Amino acid sequence: MVEIRWHSRAGQGAVTGAKGLGDVVSTTGKQVQAFALYGSAKRGAAMRAYNRIDDEQIINHEKFMNPDFVLVIDPALAFTDDITVNDKPTTQYIVTTHTDKETLIAGIPALQDKADRVFIVDCMEISVDTIGRAVPNAPMLGAFIKISGMFELDYFLDRMKKVLSKFPQKIIDSNMQAITRAYNEVK
Amino acid sequence: MAEKIELQKVEVWDGNYAASHALRQAQVDVVAAYPITPSTPIVENYGQFVADGYIDGEFVMVESEHAAMSGCVGAAASGGRVATATSSQGFALMVEVLYQASGMRLPIVLNVVNRALASPLNVRGDHSDMYLGRDSGWIQMDAFNAQEAYDMNLCAFRVGEHMDIRLPVMVHQDGFITSHTAQNVNPLSDEEAYKFVGVYNPVEEMLDFSRPVTYGAQTEEDWHYEHKARQHKALMDARPVIESVFAEFQKVSGRQYKRVETYMTEDAEVIIVALGTTVESARVAAKQLREEEGIKAGVVAPRVLRPFPFDAIRDALQNCKAIGAMDRSSPGGALGMLFNEVSAAMYTTSARPVMSNYIYGLGGRDLSINAIKDIYRELQENATAGEITTPVQQFISLRGPKLSFFETRRS
Repeated sequence: MVEIRWHSRAGQGAVTGAKGLGDVVSTTGKQVQAFALYGSAKRGAAMRAYNRIDDEQIINHEKFMNPDFVLVIDPALAFTDDITVNDKPTTQYIVTTHTDKETLIAGIPALQDKADRVFIVDCMEISVDTIGRAVPNAPMLGAFIKISGMFELDYFLDRMKKVLSKFPQKIIDSNMQAITRAYNEVK
Repeated sequence: MAEKIELQKVEVWDGNYAASHALRQAQVDVVAAYPITPSTPIVENYGQFVADGYIDGEFVMVESEHAAMSGCVGAAASGGRVATATSSQGFALMVEVLYQASGMRLPIVLNVVNRALASPLNVRGDHSDMYLGRDSGWIQMDAFNAQEAYDMNLCAFRVGEHMDIRLPVMVHQDGFITSHTAQNVNPLSDEEAYKFVGVYNPVEEMLDFSRPVTYGAQTEEDWHYEHKARQHKALMDARPVIESVFAEFQKVSGRQYKRVETYMTEDAEVIIVALGTTVESARVAAKQLREEEGIKAGVVAPRVLRPFPFDAIRDALQNCKAIGAMDRSSPGGALGMLFNEVSAAMYTTSARPVMSNYIYGLGGRDLSINAIKDIYRELQENATAGEITTPVQQFISLRGPKLSFFETRRS
């Protein structure tokens, strides 16, 4: 079982990102779960989304998880939310940030001894450059497949195009660019 | 003619989307709805499907849930296949009309996406609304995940519309936990699904002007009792019909359902009885405890809450030593519903398992696998002692001091 926790603000697309990832993963024959902790949350409120991926049907419905991956798609939440809560000695972090890795970790005491498991990518800049708006979910997917090694980039892009097929070609193209750039830029 | 949708063999759907596709495939004629969180997307999607030409049906916008169910009653009495969805406060506002619908024997399908009842206001999942409906004369079927929300909807039309039954059916799923969690769902094709549900056969439809009929007549002490007795008999007689519909559904889907679902109960000494997603989480806990601690744990769950599976519950539980009944609804000054109904069923057998009651998860409070394991460990102590070693009713995962009631008098 692979477990993923997204830290996001309502409106940034973490739920869509988690569901999109679930859609793609399901095409490989695996079982997926995508859910979020929200409800009456207003746009901008801190929220969390979750994925579970397994070979067998997922029948665990607890919200609690010890994540294998923590994906932070809002730069400020890395500092204000408890992104290391319930983590494991192997949990890997992918954080959206404008700064370099040293500056980021220096500002987050909880990450001090986890530097080798922290990866950074500027999902905000990438999404503004490619999609034209700050929707950091698509680039985070690109960064995630690079760090997790779960898919080859071309395979993921091909499947993601099908998931997005109801959208205009321009939106599909810009999302593919965002995913590809983040895949190449995450470090 | 409605257009079809080519579904994938595996879709990633949440419970709401799964339910709305079932309504589309059943080609529901009328949905009268007043949307409410977390059930909103079910009727929203139905409206979209109608607007996009995928259903030859009508979405009726109304001013309240009372009006929504009233519209459903009217449409069903007129001779249409009718469905809607609601939750929580909306369900509470429907209650008066729920009794009308069942009394008039109208096979409406109501998706109840279970949510807590105010006050305090809360949009998240618990079973308060499901429990509120349990004397309303409706058949109540419970889905534990998104796949089952889809499957139960298809079965609900077959059961409710059966000529020996003609009763409305609720399909329950857990608010947010099922309704907003996307999981792998294997749908039937549009053709297979419609073939299974079948063409709607109206009975005593008001739009048949050659045979005028009356719905909602008044009866006093002369006939009311007989009507209600017949209604109860129809509910009780629904049990074999539900079983035959489930058997037919297995033929087309490969998925098997029973009025009471059992998991690892063959040799189980300690069993949890629960509803909704808790059933599946309890299966995770039971399997782990068998492997890790050698506790012979099992899970029993009413798939059909009404008619209450008194018979099947007895069969499933008669050989175990301790039972934990888990109720996700504020018990309102009593023991939990599952505790009371399961205890009553067991008391009509020679078995005397040790019964205890756990209240949990109100207003969407998370139920962790570890919390379920703790319950099993307590049940194991009860089984070993041969009597209840804890208070009879306990609130779990509650902030503040431990809350519990009543000591055993068995010993």
